[in-house]
Amino acid sequence: MAILVIAEHNNGALGAATLNTVAAAQKIGGDVVVLVAGQNVGSVAEAAAKIAGVSKVLVADNAAYAHQLPENVAPLIAELGKGYSHVLAAATTNGKNFLPRVAALLDVDQISEIIEVVSADTFKRPIYAGNAIATVQSSAAVKVITVRGTGFDAVAAEGGSAAVEAVSGPADAGKSAFVGEELAKSDRPELTAAKIVVSGGRGMGNGDNFKILYALADKLGAAVGASRAAVDAGFVPNDMQVGQTGKIVAPQLYIAVGISGAIQHLAGMKDSKVIVAINKDEEAPIFQVADYGLVADLFEAVPELEKAV
Amino acid sequence: MKVLVAVKRVVDYNVKVRVKADNSGVDLANVKMSMNPFCEIAVEEAVRLKEKGVATEIVAVSVGPTAAQEQLRTALALGADRAILVESNDELNSLAVAKALKAIVDKEQPQLVILGKQAIDSDNNQTGQMLAALSGYAQGTFASKVEVAGDKVNVTREIDGGLQTVALNLPAIVTTDLRLNEPRYASLPNIMKAKKKPLDVVTPDALGVSTASTVKTVKVEAPAARSAGVKVKSVAELVEKLKNEAKVI
Repeated sequence: MAILVIAEHNNGALGAATLNTVAAAQKIGGDVVVLVAGQNVGSVAEAAAKIAGVSKVLVADNAAYAHQLPENVAPLIAELGKGYSHVLAAATTNGKNFLPRVAALLDVDQISEIIEVVSADTFKRPIYAGNAIATVQSSAAVKVITVRGTGFDAVAAEGGSAAVEAVSGPADAGKSAFVGEELAKSDRPELTAAKIVVSGGRGMGNGDNFKILYALADKLGAAVGASRAAVDAGFVPNDMQVGQTGKIVAPQLYIAVGISGAIQHLAGMKDSKVIVAINKDEEAPIFQVADYGLVADLFEAVPELEKAV
Repeated sequence: MKVLVAVKRVVDYNVKVRVKADNSGVDLANVKMSMNPFCEIAVEEAVRLKEKGVATEIVAVSVGPTAAQEQLRTALALGADRAILVESNDELNSLAVAKALKAIVDKEQPQLVILGKQAIDSDNNQTGQMLAALSGYAQGTFASKVEVAGDKVNVTREIDGGLQTVALNLPAIVTTDLRLNEPRYASLPNIMKAKKKPLDVVTPDALGVSTASTVKTVKVEAPAARSAGVKVKSVAELVEKLKNEAKVI
């Protein structure tokens, strides 16, 4: 049994989510082969070869795969995937974009966002915004799966010495083209990988007020997130959204400031180790999941907290 | 051009679901059902394309139980011209739904198919991508902006680090993200008018679609409950607890 893991990368650096996906592959058991599909991905392939527990790295270097357009990479992955028992990708926007297309090309169902491996064919995944956990069993010849990063501890990025092998696949399908991208710039840790996350909601009032959260986050070395209400109100960009439809995080410490705690938000953070809620409404649902709750005006409590840590 | 919109009947997003005692699934008896929120956004986008003169006809389609006719009537009240129900009272996986939709796409030949990015019950986020694969069309997933220009559609997508724009050849598949638009409400006169719009019912068998699945649900459990927390009285007490009790800072 061999497992194909599709590497998450931006053509320059290997994405951290790859390490969690390899961890899931190791739980399934078998040879772990990593596919790096992109353009000028030499450094990514090198990094992938060093991941502990990886037996081989396949590199598909082609301009058609530069932005991982699903019309181009899905046929490549489907073709390679036929030789494996499992094909895994991280449940990032990238993995979610191309992997169902791979599954359909292979004529198998996909299992989305697993959080636990029960056995080689049985997995656990959250449904209904995390309000239920389904155990699902697959009889597919090739099991196509996306992995929720927060469900698996990352494997070591160093220590392996896998062989790197070039592979080729179909050329540009000519159906789609990359036009451009606008990436939000941030010096803080990445939201999904941060040990501490400080999040603000509608209670922040406006975008300017987020600066008190940034100050606290910088003191703690934390990432800053937001609820959908804060994003919809235009306080912060949408890639900061934590929740069912945004990012799923599970840090050591999650500090929810001015967030009521709607089920869609809880779906994105309730696996955090310690949850702190700061809210002036003592009836807010967030207090039902918070380990430590402070009923207070956030505009007084947050600056005070920043000074105290 | 003709636009096809797929809608799903799901448990209303405000309902806190309960897992059945025998762990066979979640209890949906007497629970309020609605159109999946992402599908509402898909219908809205199709209606806006029609209002702009880009779309000429909107066909709403649902693959699901008899009762999904309610959600199709809602789509008709919002501005769809006619509706098709692929009726199946079994719980279908995404691939089976994508195959049924593919059969409808073959028949209707739409230039654009709009779906929600995920259904809030199964949280799969697969059907649009699978339909794109089966039909051989390009896909623009997690769309926050859709602009039809000649024989192409430019789709701005919400990705992890920000936004990405891709140009897709038509016909194409688009799946909606939350920020694409704000869906309108159906007015009472439009709800009345929608009752007279055509709604066809077909079965997967009649379409020649197999709904067999390679994945089965073995068990559904409630997630582990978090132990009750404490309320602290001051910031000083909070910091003390985080440092000494939880040891997270």
